[in-house]
Amino acid sequence: MEQMTGMIPQLLIDGLTLGFVYAIVALGYTMVYGILEFINFAHSEIFMVGAFAGTEVLLFMQSAGYLGSLPAPVALLIAIIIAMIFSGTVGVVVERVAYKPVRTAPKLVAFISAIGVSFFLQDAVRLVEGLWKNAFYLSTPTLFTASIHITGGLRIPVKVLYIMVIAIVIMFSLNLFINRHKLGKAMRAVAQDRNTASLMAIDVNAIISLTFLIGAALGGAAGTLFAVQYSLIHPYVGFIIGMKAFTAAVFGGIGSIPGAMLGGILLGLLEVFGAGFLGILTNGVFGAEYKDVFAFAILIIILIFKPSGLLGKTVGEKV
Amino acid sequence: MEKLKNLLQVYWEKEILQLAIIFLAPLLLYLFSSSGVAFILFLTSFLVLYLSKRLNTKVKLVIAIVDLMVIMPLVGFANTYYLDVITQIGIYVVLAIGLNIVVGFTGLLNLGYVGFYAVGAYTYAIFATAQANNFITSSILQFPVSGNWFWMFLVIGMIAAGFVGFLLGLPVLRLRGDYLAIVTLGFAEIIRIVLNNLDKPINFTNGPKGLSPIKPPAFFGIPLNKTIHYYFIVLILLVITVIVVNRLNNSRIGRAWTAIREDELAARTMGIPIVPMKLLAFSIGAAFAGMMGVLFAAKQSFIDPSSFGFMESIGILAMVIMGGMGNIAGAIIGAFAVVVLQLHILKELSNFLRGLTVAGIVSISPQLDPAKYERLVFGLILVLMCIFRPQGFLPAKRTMAYIKKQVNKLKKIEKEEDVSVE
Repeated sequence: MEQMTGMIPQLLIDGLTLGFVYAIVALGYTMVYGILEFINFAHSEIFMVGAFAGTEVLLFMQSAGYLGSLPAPVALLIAIIIAMIFSGTVGVVVERVAYKPVRTAPKLVAFISAIGVSFFLQDAVRLVEGLWKNAFYLSTPTLFTASIHITGGLRIPVKVLYIMVIAIVIMFSLNLFINRHKLGKAMRAVAQDRNTASLMAIDVNAIISLTFLIGAALGGAAGTLFAVQYSLIHPYVGFIIGMKAFTAAVFGGIGSIPGAMLGGILLGLLEVFGAGFLGILTNGVFGAEYKDVFAFAILIIILIFKPSGLLGKTVGEKV
Repeated sequence: MEKLKNLLQVYWEKEILQLAIIFLAPLLLYLFSSSGVAFILFLTSFLVLYLSKRLNTKVKLVIAIVDLMVIMPLVGFANTYYLDVITQIGIYVVLAIGLNIVVGFTGLLNLGYVGFYAVGAYTYAIFATAQANNFITSSILQFPVSGNWFWMFLVIGMIAAGFVGFLLGLPVLRLRGDYLAIVTLGFAEIIRIVLNNLDKPINFTNGPKGLSPIKPPAFFGIPLNKTIHYYFIVLILLVITVIVVNRLNNSRIGRAWTAIREDELAARTMGIPIVPMKLLAFSIGAAFAGMMGVLFAAKQSFIDPSSFGFMESIGILAMVIMGGMGNIAGAIIGAFAVVVLQLHILKELSNFLRGLTVAGIVSISPQLDPAKYERLVFGLILVLMCIFRPQGFLPAKRTMAYIKKQVNKLKKIEKEEDVSVE
């Protein structure tokens, strides 16, 4: 028991970091779902593309020698912004090419198209990286080495603090945009009723593209943060993160933006605590290798008992 | 040139070319039993045979039986490679037909189909290796069981996988369609992780090291472990599957499935019990996967969790989508196409490029090996199919769109008759 209480602060930090990454990725799922009622299966690959874009920018800055001369937070910001632009563009292109033609088709078709895009992007990135760098595993340059010493053996790496601050800023600005800006209002209108929105002179196609742009840009930012935190990425890294972020979105109530944030953070904490304690609680019979099972089991349990999620509204099926 | 084109067109319309393919392809494969082109032509001849309008069903059946029962085994004596490939195709055909019940007939997206396949495979593998001794200690039951039990395990595997499908479907099938997809995907991942880690506290699955040697099937004590044996076992299972699924599809249950796929609300209004029907489709689909899992385990004689990844599920899904959702013949064609693409075209291309590199003609980095990019190819296939031909090569006939078209045609005829009467 003492062993467990001693672990709590460290697990809290790890869980929050992971949770913020999940939360930002979950925002992409939930925004697209809110507007199109469609699970953007390829969002996990947009995240992965963002991770690669951010890492490549950092690697470029490293090889050009900027990384030493620029302050690390500035370098991180530059990487994030470029990754956001890049993955945002990919997101919009994917929407135009693969989703728009099947928007009126049955949902199954659109979903399968998204799976196709997801596979395509995985190997496309692998191909590009393979040709360019001759390896498709990239390690992200270390930006921050310092850590703040708190009491006892507890240290908070500066990296984690930056990641959390950036994540919080992103989520707040998104919330502000959705609730205050005219375009945010238009997005909510389209989500509520696409036909009526178009009667109110809202360009529905443009708003859907905008949703994909923002969602994908957020995915790109999350990708860069992930790469900086875990410093090893590969083209297939998105799959599990994406599944968990989707779980987080469902957990919080899909379609609800605060729900995605809450769900992401809770899932990150649950997963880290579960993985940390499972071994101790079961005397080492089940260990951290079951942590992925944990997330999926949560997903199934939520879907059985409260499919609308923590903050979601129960919506009847549209006829 | 123009003349030749016209001639070919005339021949095609009169089905002379088709008949040539149907009759010559098996002969060619028999003569050139190691030629990949002859093999692909042979597979194509089945499609041509199916589409042919000139031959009647009985003749078609006789030709198919001769092709499969005589020609293919004869080819197998000369070259077991293609016999093995066609056996694999057969396994995938059954899997595709099973998934077609879920995805095609009922319209439920199951992304974790391979999970059920794994359940079947491990059911047999655990008892047909010494593994089961780890948790069953008894003087009567000794493991591995003899190969005679294989036939029994085909049924046990079916029941096990069907039951797992039932348990998973019970809570999830009440939900909306796309949630089902994600949950099944998660389920397959759970199965894989559990199989990977269930070597402690009690060693059930031997973890990532896998299980081997799995006993081959036996017939009254005679072991059946040659490629040709598996070929015939697969063929028999395939025929049974096609007959069963075809009967199901044309029964009251099959019509209920179609109704659910086309319009769930309307189906419910007509008094179709939605959840039981969906559960039935889900479990039957899973049961076929379990049955093939048993066969797969016996045939490979070694299985480990890595054979049951997400990519497998997507491969089978691609077969159903390419071939045509809700059409048995479509699923068969889709399985042919995907396996040939996977095993043949990509691999041959890899070998060809490697050969060129070794010969020093061009230098292609090993990163560019086409065999490594099957995700790229399948991704493209899925997207392109969805955009341009979402109904697949051979679309299902019993869809709303098709029925509407027929009704409109009838109405038109009626109108014309009315006019003529006046």
